[in-house]
Amino acid sequence: MASYVTKRLSIGLVTLLLASVVVFAVLEILPGDPARIMLGMNASPETVATLRQEMGLDQPAPLRYLDWLGGLVTGDLGRSYTYSTPVIELVRERLAVSLPLALISLFLSTAVAIPVGVFAASRSGKLSDTIAMGTAQIGIALPNFWLALLLVYVFAVGLQWLPSGGFPGWSNPLQAIKALILPAISLALPQAAILARVTRSAMIETLGEDFIRTARAKGLPRRKVLWRHALRNAMIPVLTILGLQFSFLLAGTIIIENVFYLPGLGRLIFQAINQRDLIVVEGVVILLVASVILINLVVDICYALVDPRLRTGR
Amino acid sequence: MTIETPIFTPEPEKHVLRRALSRPSFVIGLAITLAVAVMALVSLFWTPYDVTRVAVAGRIQGFSWAHPLGTDHLGRDILSMIMLGARNSIAVALVAVGIGMGIGVPLGLWAAAKGGWMDEVLMRANDVIFAFPSLLSAVMITAIFGPGAVNAIIAIGIFNVPVFARVARGGALAIWPREFILAARASGKDGLKISIEHILPNIANLLLVQATIQFALGILAEAGLSYLGLGAQPPMPSWGRMLFDAQTRIAIAPHLAIIPGMAIVLTVLGLNLLGDGLRDAIDPRQRRPR
Repeated sequence: MASYVTKRLSIGLVTLLLASVVVFAVLEILPGDPARIMLGMNASPETVATLRQEMGLDQPAPLRYLDWLGGLVTGDLGRSYTYSTPVIELVRERLAVSLPLALISLFLSTAVAIPVGVFAASRSGKLSDTIAMGTAQIGIALPNFWLALLLVYVFAVGLQWLPSGGFPGWSNPLQAIKALILPAISLALPQAAILARVTRSAMIETLGEDFIRTARAKGLPRRKVLWRHALRNAMIPVLTILGLQFSFLLAGTIIIENVFYLPGLGRLIFQAINQRDLIVVEGVVILLVASVILINLVVDICYALVDPRLRTGR
Repeated sequence: MTIETPIFTPEPEKHVLRRALSRPSFVIGLAITLAVAVMALVSLFWTPYDVTRVAVAGRIQGFSWAHPLGTDHLGRDILSMIMLGARNSIAVALVAVGIGMGIGVPLGLWAAAKGGWMDEVLMRANDVIFAFPSLLSAVMITAIFGPGAVNAIIAIGIFNVPVFARVARGGALAIWPREFILAARASGKDGLKISIEHILPNIANLLLVQATIQFALGILAEAGLSYLGLGAQPPMPSWGRMLFDAQTRIAIAPHLAIIPGMAIVLTVLGLNLLGDGLRDAIDPRQRRPR
């Protein structure tokens, strides 16, 4: 087990290192000089050159990469060109919006999808299964930002129960959570639809196994067999999708935070790209990539714990 | 998105098609997809109105005989915009799938044929691309090269490459140990020839299913990029852009948001149903009575 974890960990680290090269290289070719953008088009070439020197932009690219990588390891992501604040502080500030949003979405998605998936599997081939999976099929096709617009129309414009956008900050927790409800539902429902389908097919597969028949033959109640025995064994594919969905949720925040004007990571990165604030883009992207790699690593290790066969071979 | 690579028995295409056509989901999906495709094709030579013509006097109208789906905030006919939007969405997603297949499939086949370090390098490169949330990277790519339909195609296409590489590799690895491949090797054919003549035809169905999934995802991604202003640029209409324009007017004219959204949902739904029906027809596990 220890060698499996070491192997997965080293693959994860190599992936992260390669990803850091990609992020740095891609942003190197981004048109527009950050120093020129900060100073405006009327600045003299001397002033621009001085600022470039101050920002270290006159150094050769490999040196700047190593400098940036060193900073990453020590938790220093540099200073934003446009906000003049350390990137890590910006990230911390924005995470206070994006992380709760992603977690609430993940919770909602799981809370809806698993019961629906188990229910549909237990009634496989019946009308209720067809209706549940038909609804899931529509859910998968929903663009989350369109769902967001419809939710705003119904719950913010029509019923006026929830705000249509903005974020009041965590000083008023109730208002803050109210501001995150519609964005979280918009992110969660399309993901829940995918998860419900995966749960259903994993459950159907498991329900056909011998140990389930044994459990039923022993006289265990149907509900117990379904939730205690079958679901636990059907969790591997469900876990995979949950891991993948984390990446989708992070990416989804780019659009959803723009729809709801939420000051989160997604909006930060979108604005930073438009303002050519490269250092912010680099920092946020590599953090997101690192979190995706970490989640996948955790999921892989969870599998190996659950199923020893996965520790060997590919 | 999961990439399933079922081990299946190669069989003639016509059997798969016949079985697919007996499935309601496939038939409904095919009908929706054909309807959208026809709409996009017709828009190549005819739309009810010219969408570059702004008629402020007739802005934000409801449904009427003259404008079956109403008009937008600039008085443009929504039906015409939906037709052109269909063309834009289909073109972007189709070419993006083409890029993914064109590069990914040969890479996957190559990795499966060669194995060893080449396979390992390819799979690690795949891991790196998969570590980037695709929409985030698409936003970065379109920001670097500038907004527009062509750059949206490239951005979406790049992320299709590892998907097809994985599916092709997985499918090919399942075929390589089979006896007819052994026979082909014994007759002196090299890896390239076997991959093209024997492996590719046998994984074609699998690739087709993946293509419909990626096509649907491409439509969603294009809509997302257009919504952020990074896709097709005005005056070319796009469904995502129409939704962006509708956002601030949703209280007074909800149909401006509902119609393009419905167009996206229907198109994606059609493609997903098509893909599901096809997969069920191909995958032998689905044929077993339960």
